[in-house]
Amino acid sequence: MDHILELRGISKYFGDFVASKDVNMLVEEGEFISVLGPSGCGKTTLLRMIAGFMEESEGDILIKGKSMKGVSPEKRPVNIVFQSLALFPMMNVYENVVFGLKRKKIGKEEARELALDMLHRVGLDGFEKKKISELSGGQKQRVAIARSLVMKPSILLLDEPLSALDRKLREHMKVELKELQKEIGTTFIYITHDQSEALVMSDRVAVMNKGLIEQLDTPHNLYNHPKTAFVAGFVGDNNRFEVASREGEKVVTKRGWKVTKPDLDFDPTVMYIRPEAFIVNPEGEVADSEIFEAEINTVLFDGANTKILVKPEGRDEILIALPQNARFQALKEGDTVRVAVAYDNIKCYKE
Amino acid sequence: MDGNKKAFYFLFIPVALWLFILIILPHIDLFLSSFKPNSGEDVYTLENYSAFFADPIYWRTFINTASYAIGVTLLAFVVSFPIAFYLVKVISPKVSGFLMLLLLIPLWIGELVTIYGWVILLGEQGVINESLKFLGLIDHSLPLIYNNLSMTIGLLYMSMLFMIIPIMTTMESLDDAMIEAASDLGASKWTVFRRIVIPHAMPGIINGSIIVFMLVIGDYVAPNILGGKSSLWFTEQIYNQFLSTFNWNQGAAFGFLLLIISSATIWMALRLSGQKLDKVGD
Repeated sequence: MDHILELRGISKYFGDFVASKDVNMLVEEGEFISVLGPSGCGKTTLLRMIAGFMEESEGDILIKGKSMKGVSPEKRPVNIVFQSLALFPMMNVYENVVFGLKRKKIGKEEARELALDMLHRVGLDGFEKKKISELSGGQKQRVAIARSLVMKPSILLLDEPLSALDRKLREHMKVELKELQKEIGTTFIYITHDQSEALVMSDRVAVMNKGLIEQLDTPHNLYNHPKTAFVAGFVGDNNRFEVASREGEKVVTKRGWKVTKPDLDFDPTVMYIRPEAFIVNPEGEVADSEIFEAEINTVLFDGANTKILVKPEGRDEILIALPQNARFQALKEGDTVRVAVAYDNIKCYKE
Repeated sequence: MDGNKKAFYFLFIPVALWLFILIILPHIDLFLSSFKPNSGEDVYTLENYSAFFADPIYWRTFINTASYAIGVTLLAFVVSFPIAFYLVKVISPKVSGFLMLLLLIPLWIGELVTIYGWVILLGEQGVINESLKFLGLIDHSLPLIYNNLSMTIGLLYMSMLFMIIPIMTTMESLDDAMIEAASDLGASKWTVFRRIVIPHAMPGIINGSIIVFMLVIGDYVAPNILGGKSSLWFTEQIYNQFLSTFNWNQGAAFGFLLLIISSATIWMALRLSGQKLDKVGD
């Protein structure tokens, strides 16, 4: 069976600037894929190429197995929800949603039914006659999504549509979007620089950096098994240590911390350890772990996300997440703690 | 009196004086004299106004003038809209700034000079005719000048900019994503223009149309220099009353008729197109 979307070696150059380089991607029908990356990584360019607003310099885009070479945006079976939403202010909510259907030459009655059904699905019953300027941020969002989904696109492209909303509403819309996608079953490709949006909503996430896809994986794997240093640093909080050299089974950081990491077959330049990978004051014996003692420098209280900073004498500062456990609530600055970290959780990379 | 109030009067008084002495007062004087007979008797009469309707040459000239003004306004829209769109949405701001400068130059050198420029271009021994003769395409000069066509060209040329600028201003606030969204939803280029770009630019279009219509209907230079015998313009009638027949009272009445009828035309056009005057310029 054909994939709903296939990117074959997509590259895009603007003069000397490389916006995307040899991007390959296979997307299954009904998947929720996020493209995550810092601003300027080329994710919006990628989206615009899929939508047809830009032409790729190299490679081919296939939708349902059909090449999209030379197919103009209005003829592609994809729709976009724009970052600015781009609702038409000269039309009311209903006219916005029905705009695309009219272009498809669908009968008036049928178009009306489809549009009203879609407005119902996004929870905007009775809003048909409202002007765009009368809507709240979240409602505008829903109109934009309804306007695109009513076209029954093979793929819905979303260009950071939540970025204009305030934090609370954004959290809410995240859940809503995911549920809507599950219910409707359309393939979503979601562009964002917000890793929490990407991890929470997506089936798979493509992490992009400097035009390259560094890793395309499930949120779980991305977090727990980052393939590159960039992914390790970009997704989630992480402790980064610059590595100076390797001495047998030991990795030595520039600050002089010697950490045991068996089975390395290359000379790493950086090492990452997640804050929650550290076990504070482990009880009993811990196997296959690096164990050290350190004094607490600072306690960063943040409710359920409380962390401590330790700085072993003359060495790198380490951020450690505390489990929500009464045992650790008494910890304060100046206390000495014993810390263990499993070898598996020490990630080394060559940059 | 606090500082704010002082500043208010400081700014307000010159404006008020200017308006009153140079605009309102002469208008009142003209308005009153338009009701007086040319004989100099100190009575008020409507004969100056009834003369307009009594003699077909007057109202026919007016209808001719008004129809041409409407035609030139429509033409100015058709020509200016693509130019404004091109300047704002297609080319880079740097290039569009330069092209804008080129558009402004004719305005700096004055209407009279630019209209004479057209005489040089279109005249019997003008640039176009001489070039065509040189190329052997024609034997005798084409009648390019002193007709309604040359007059329309001149009127269009001197008023076009006042259509382009208001349209450009409204066009600048049009989000590019809106155009993309429309074509993403399957709209053809024509539909994008008809449903998105033109409705968005409507305030600018109305604004520009009012300015162009007023400029054209009240213009004297282009019809006088480029127009032919058949293209009699109403302003020329007014001019004749003042300076040929020295019937100032009649001229004043015609002046007011022009003002009233052209204002009424604009009011009607706004009503018919469903636009409101207070929205224009938003």
